[in-house]
Amino acid sequence: MLFTVLTGLITSSLLIPFGKFIKTKWSIVLPFIPVFLFIFYLLQVSSVASGINFVQHISWVPSLGVNFDFRLDGLSLLFALLITGIGSGIFFYGRTYLKGHPYFDRFFGYLLLFMSAMLGVVLANNIITLFIFWELTSISSFFLIGFNNDNKDSRKSAITALSITGIGGFFLLAGLLLLGNIAETFIISELIDRRDIIINHSLYPLFVGLIFLGAFTKSAQFPFHFWLPGAMKAPTPVSAYLHSATMVKAGIYLLARFTPILGNTDFWNYTLMIVGGITMIYAAVHSLFRIDLKGILAYSTISALGILTFLLGLGTKDAIIAASVFILVHALYKATLFMVTGIIDHETHTRDITQLAGLRKVLFPVFIAALLAALSSAGLPLTFGFIGKDLIYEATLHYANNWALWLTILAVATNTALVAAGFMAGVKPFVGKLPTQFEKIHLPYSSMWLPPLILGVLGIVFGCMPGMIGDIFNHRAADSIFGAETEMHLKIWHGFNTVLILSLCTLAAGTLLYLFNKPSAAKLNAVERLNNISPQHIILKLASLVERFSTAYTNNVHDGFLRSYHFKIIVFAELLLAYKLWLSGPIQIDFEKLTPITWYEIAFVLILIGAVYLIVTTKSRLTSVVSTSVIGYCICLIFVFYSAPDLAMTQFTIDTLTTVLFVLVLYKLPGFINFAKKGVQIRDAIVALGFGVIISLIMLKVLYEPTTTEISDFYGENSYLLAKGKNVVNVILVDFRGIDTMFETVVLSIAALGVYSLIKLRLKSSEKE
Amino acid sequence: MELLLVFVIGLLYAAGVYLILRRSMVKLLLGIMLLGNGTNILIFLLGTITKGKPPVIDEAYKVFQEIYADPIPQALILTAIVISFGLTSFAIVLLKRVYALVDSDDLDDLNTPEEEDL
Amino acid sequence: MKSAILQTASRYLLPILLLFSFFLLLRGHYYPGGGFVGGLVASIAFVLHSFAHGTENTMKILRYKPLSLIPIGLGISALSVVAPMIAGLPPMTGLWFEEPIPVIGMIGSALFFDIGVYLVVIGVVLTILFTISLND
Repeated sequence: MLFTVLTGLITSSLLIPFGKFIKTKWSIVLPFIPVFLFIFYLLQVSSVASGINFVQHISWVPSLGVNFDFRLDGLSLLFALLITGIGSGIFFYGRTYLKGHPYFDRFFGYLLLFMSAMLGVVLANNIITLFIFWELTSISSFFLIGFNNDNKDSRKSAITALSITGIGGFFLLAGLLLLGNIAETFIISELIDRRDIIINHSLYPLFVGLIFLGAFTKSAQFPFHFWLPGAMKAPTPVSAYLHSATMVKAGIYLLARFTPILGNTDFWNYTLMIVGGITMIYAAVHSLFRIDLKGILAYSTISALGILTFLLGLGTKDAIIAASVFILVHALYKATLFMVTGIIDHETHTRDITQLAGLRKVLFPVFIAALLAALSSAGLPLTFGFIGKDLIYEATLHYANNWALWLTILAVATNTALVAAGFMAGVKPFVGKLPTQFEKIHLPYSSMWLPPLILGVLGIVFGCMPGMIGDIFNHRAADSIFGAETEMHLKIWHGFNTVLILSLCTLAAGTLLYLFNKPSAAKLNAVERLNNISPQHIILKLASLVERFSTAYTNNVHDGFLRSYHFKIIVFAELLLAYKLWLSGPIQIDFEKLTPITWYEIAFVLILIGAVYLIVTTKSRLTSVVSTSVIGYCICLIFVFYSAPDLAMTQFTIDTLTTVLFVLVLYKLPGFINFAKKGVQIRDAIVALGFGVIISLIMLKVLYEPTTTEISDFYGENSYLLAKGKNVVNVILVDFRGIDTMFETVVLSIAALGVYSLIKLRLKSSEKE
Repeated sequence: MELLLVFVIGLLYAAGVYLILRRSMVKLLLGIMLLGNGTNILIFLLGTITKGKPPVIDEAYKVFQEIYADPIPQALILTAIVISFGLTSFAIVLLKRVYALVDSDDLDDLNTPEEEDL
Repeated sequence: MKSAILQTASRYLLPILLLFSFFLLLRGHYYPGGGFVGGLVASIAFVLHSFAHGTENTMKILRYKPLSLIPIGLGISALSVVAPMIAGLPPMTGLWFEEPIPVIGMIGSALFFDIGVYLVVIGVVLTILFTISLND
């Protein structure tokens, strides 16, 4: 299975060097990649349908439990087939759609990357691997949505989509890590066995909430739905792919995948029902006011995602079966409608449904595809959509609670609006009188209208033999979500019952709604005015507030003056250290332990004080340099007194050399000028003294603590026995810690090379030398 | 003596901090050197200081016969001293180049903040 | 700084200081000293000479550019690190000759490591100081 993921990734990277061939003659190769993968997964159908799950394990970071674990069960297979199957259609379609585009190769690079990432998400059996692919879908979709990068709106939508799904990704990671740590395994199929530990853990609401946030942002659930309509700025093949079968379904997949592990608790069910319920009705109603074809489709997609979330929330066997079927139903008709929209846009250069009419005369096969999809979306008997709708009503009607009635009403209302929206997108542009400006339109290449037509026809074919299709594709998927045998078998005809009546009522009401609802720019504007209180507005406001805050913060704190950075860092460090010091209690001094003071030590300290005073106050560079070297020699004396002959010699020679160096460079420069005002000097002096005092106090605290000398003792005892040296300091340097010294000499060499090149480097003529 | 060294450390740190808060590049460099010196003594003091007993094993024996100064801080400081020479020399040369370029020792002259940042 | 006393003195000081630096290097394993200090003393010897006679003349005595000492030194250290691997031991294992050699004492891979350090230090210090003084 890994190879199916890699195929796309590798081809995608091959497009970087070989992109220019793909642009012209070799472009026909591209669609056969998803076709090949699709066939591969079709071949797995029979074994998966008989209940075999394929598992693949490739070690990556085994010590952390992070591995490339893949597992192909019913749910994964359903999604893999959708991704590669719809993907094949999209690739054929997109190849014609973008023919001659200057970034043709780039487009397919992103698309392949995205497809691989999606496959990775649905196949992953390790939550870390899943997360990595999950993030990869966010990133590749960012490039796809912002593909028209010369368009400002397009860039903005891409960033919105990335930030919303990216933030969701953060929450998801947190949730998954918590889950993995609590269950002590990152392998998804093992998590199911530890369900009892997981759902009874006190942090259950927290990590489930975090995972929800990840899924809701990805699947455009209320209140994070607004990135999806914005993402319509992408080229239509992208919208068709991302919003019918893949990207937004990733969130649904995640919820479905974790249903047997985390689901069937009150928190899980009610959250999903509430969020899904709000999303489905909110978006369905919204879609009625859109006049942009893609806008209609975007909102009806959100609504469909809401239905899926809602069904997973119901969590009953009926609901799960309905969800597993509706995923397929929706993918088929939504991909078709998107591709049809793309053709209309491509040929007429408009997507405004108030202007489009009568296109059946010029785009007949497209009309057939659109009609089939619209009927499937409406749930006409004998379409696959009919089966889906039936199952949804079945699920709501048989919900065990008193709520069955209300849930059914909600579902009917949503579906009514969706029927109307489906007709608006799939039928309205094709009926009526053809405007004169569209008369010259001719049919595009068959590679553009064939994929939607095939998908549209499939909607009918599947609807005519649901039993077989359900057994093949949906049965095991439903089992995977439900976590047990669902004994699912789809039928065309359930007899004359409540569900059928509801279905027909929905169809009738939806058709009426379509006939009487006349969306217009005026109405849309009226609705748009409500945006001020929409979650989109609030979240975007928040985002711009954060941006303003960070700009203000940056401008105030990062003022570009080195000393002001120093000042802030030092003051902050002082406060922190002082607080910690204050917490640690009073300072004690053990006078017993101290070594006695001699007169010569006092003398050198006095010299040192004098030198420091000179450095700080002098106006002459030479004086300050000489004072620095005096300080160095004083320190050298300390080393002499306290038995560190090596240090003393090194300090002495280095100090000499540094002084020489300073004098070589500095003796030409003029004296210091005093820039600072008196007040600033006093302020700095106080800060500096404060720092010195704090360091001294910390040192006193340290002195009182007993020291451990185990490591020193080890070196002392083994210096001769192991390394045949008697000067322990030197033995440490050249033997025990030899590699450190080795790298130290490397650092020195780099410094020398730096100096050498700095001096030899001749800058521009502006440099005065 | 430890108390005196603690005082010296504080003094060097204070002077170093004061100098790096100045505008002059040379003072900045001297400040860094003083901080480095202060830190060296600090490390030195962290191991117990011992008079007249260098960490060198007596010729006649294979292991130490009596107490000796802690060798680890000494090894660390020796490295630090040498590395700080590399740092200082590079900084000095950098300073020389900058001086040749902008004809000034004033750090503020190196700033060219863009209008919009202010 | 061209004083006759300094010139004469440095002419004698250079070999003496170099000898002393070599002495420090060799006995570093047993007494205070070692590659770092030795290298620094040797550099000071050359710097002193360059003060008295001018950097160009010191460069003549050196014959090679000090910069070339750096790779040689690094190479010797690195060799002494990997040499034990040839004998099948982990890197940096100390290898020693069985018998001590007169004057120098025991010779082992640690000494070669120190020689490498010594050369690098001389190379670094002289490169820095001479490039500055030659380009002023």
